[in-house]
Amino acid sequence: MNIIVCVKQVPDTETQIKIGQDGKSIVEDDIKWVMNPYDEFGVEEALKLKEKFGGEVTVIGLGPKRVTESIRMALAMGADKGILINDPALEGSDALGIAKALAGAIKEQEYDIIFTGQRGVDDDRGIVGAALADILDIPNISVVVKLDVSEDGKSVKASRPVEGQTDIIEASTPVLITAQKGLNEPRYASLPGIMKAKKKPLEEKTLSDLGLDASEVGKGASKLKVIELTPPPERVAGKIVEGETAEQKAGELAKLLREEAKVI
Amino acid sequence: MAQGVMIIAEQREGDIRKISYELVSEGRRLADSLGQALTAVLLGSNIKDKAPQLGIYGADRVLVADDPRLGKYTTDAYVTVISELVKANDPAILLIGASAQGKDLSARLSARLGVGMAQDCTEFSIDDGNFIATRPIYAGKAYAKVSYSDSFPQMATARPNVMAMNEPDESRTAEIIDASFTLDDGVIKTKTVDVNKDESGKIDLTEADKIVSGGRGMKGPEGYGILEELANVIGATVGASRSAVDAGWRPHSDQVGQTGKVVSPNLYIACGISGAIQHLAGMATSKIIVAINKDPDAPIFQKADYGIVDDLFKVVPVLTEEIKKIM
Repeated sequence: MNIIVCVKQVPDTETQIKIGQDGKSIVEDDIKWVMNPYDEFGVEEALKLKEKFGGEVTVIGLGPKRVTESIRMALAMGADKGILINDPALEGSDALGIAKALAGAIKEQEYDIIFTGQRGVDDDRGIVGAALADILDIPNISVVVKLDVSEDGKSVKASRPVEGQTDIIEASTPVLITAQKGLNEPRYASLPGIMKAKKKPLEEKTLSDLGLDASEVGKGASKLKVIELTPPPERVAGKIVEGETAEQKAGELAKLLREEAKVI
Repeated sequence: MAQGVMIIAEQREGDIRKISYELVSEGRRLADSLGQALTAVLLGSNIKDKAPQLGIYGADRVLVADDPRLGKYTTDAYVTVISELVKANDPAILLIGASAQGKDLSARLSARLGVGMAQDCTEFSIDDGNFIATRPIYAGKAYAKVSYSDSFPQMATARPNVMAMNEPDESRTAEIIDASFTLDDGVIKTKTVDVNKDESGKIDLTEADKIVSGGRGMKGPEGYGILEELANVIGATVGASRSAVDAGWRPHSDQVGQTGKVVSPNLYIACGISGAIQHLAGMATSKIIVAINKDPDAPIFQKADYGIVDDLFKVVPVLTEEIKKIM
């Protein structure tokens, strides 16, 4: 079974986001870059399937050179080879541009299952996975917390929680799955794993290597334009409810919620 | 030329979901600022009798795609049918709900149509005739205002619970139209083989009007009992912080924050939650925030409208009793 995992590099979730001078981008100094947490679930699931069915796990990242670290981390966890799509022309791509570039790299590979994270914790789009599946003309199952692959590897059964229920969805391979927290517990890279990862193949590809034209992706092709970034609406600290005892404070709070805030 | 606003209504088991009325209401406002018509699209099986409800909230016309294969949502059938209806009707703006279904649908549909798509927006406006969408990024640590290039429709999804709902107006009637479309069985490549209902019947965090959330200060899974009681009394859903979920006290589906659910209830009561930045990011759009925490320096108090510095195990049970008395 051949599996592809798409990984994105994002600022660590503890990062304070600062808006740059241009008012349209964030300040990237002092950011600790990590693999998108949802992508880690994809890597882990791919490795578990490889352990069961054999085959190869290919990790594909997109972005500047630093993204190599996230691909190496997946290789250290146990993936077999990596591809970095690195081309300055990709700068400013929207979700469709990213999906097109990923599809360009994936078309050259053999695959049964593709994993992406259910969304990036940076721009919170959650578009690339389904868009990629549409370009490749394969089914997608989004936001999956449990995945069963049939013994012959020809079909999958996935659990997808939606509001108030969990849908169990079946599809034949090849299929694209977007991974949600709960799918598994990602393993840590072991020291021997990290050593081995250094020798695993990691290819860099440009758009022309993938047979793509720069005009199809990047800023020029982007159909969305950021006009401005703003900090979130300011919340000011409200009142601390005073009282002699916890009971008094609780009573006072109940009154405030009823009479002042009018929310109960 | 592309014209008008179109919204995709959402139904489950034949009932129109609340997000649909939020979309119709917001779509009405946008259509009015453009001086154009609002079309609602409703897909389902034997669903036509529900279509007039969308008119009551503001739709000028409702396109109904009625087919047994559209009763239950599947990505492939919905994307196929909606993309055909969009091409035939050529709307300028297309709004979908940022629900579980809407997020999946909109992502694949935007690729099928090859248009720009802004996910999970909290505000829309028309500026000099141009559609502008505002969306939280980094789970709300920043807000991005985006505009679109000249490709239509300009697509966006709206976060549930955020867009103000119109008062229903029973005197309004929409034109109900049977939509024509083609759907080959062969395009539907996924099949929903089972549905496991959440037996608790609790409202999902993303749609909840009130949330009572517990963090590390709950000290263990048993601590959540008092939160469940409070939640029962005020009609809230119980949530949790990442540390509580990672400790195994609560399921992943309860997690609020940057790697969990982003929520915007009317009332968010944070108990024993210090307020890590990734948690604050996930709940900062709540209308009223209450924090109960022993530590007066907990960052959560900086975001809270009301704070109690005390032992939550003493405060919460009394709060529940006091609320019972006055409700």
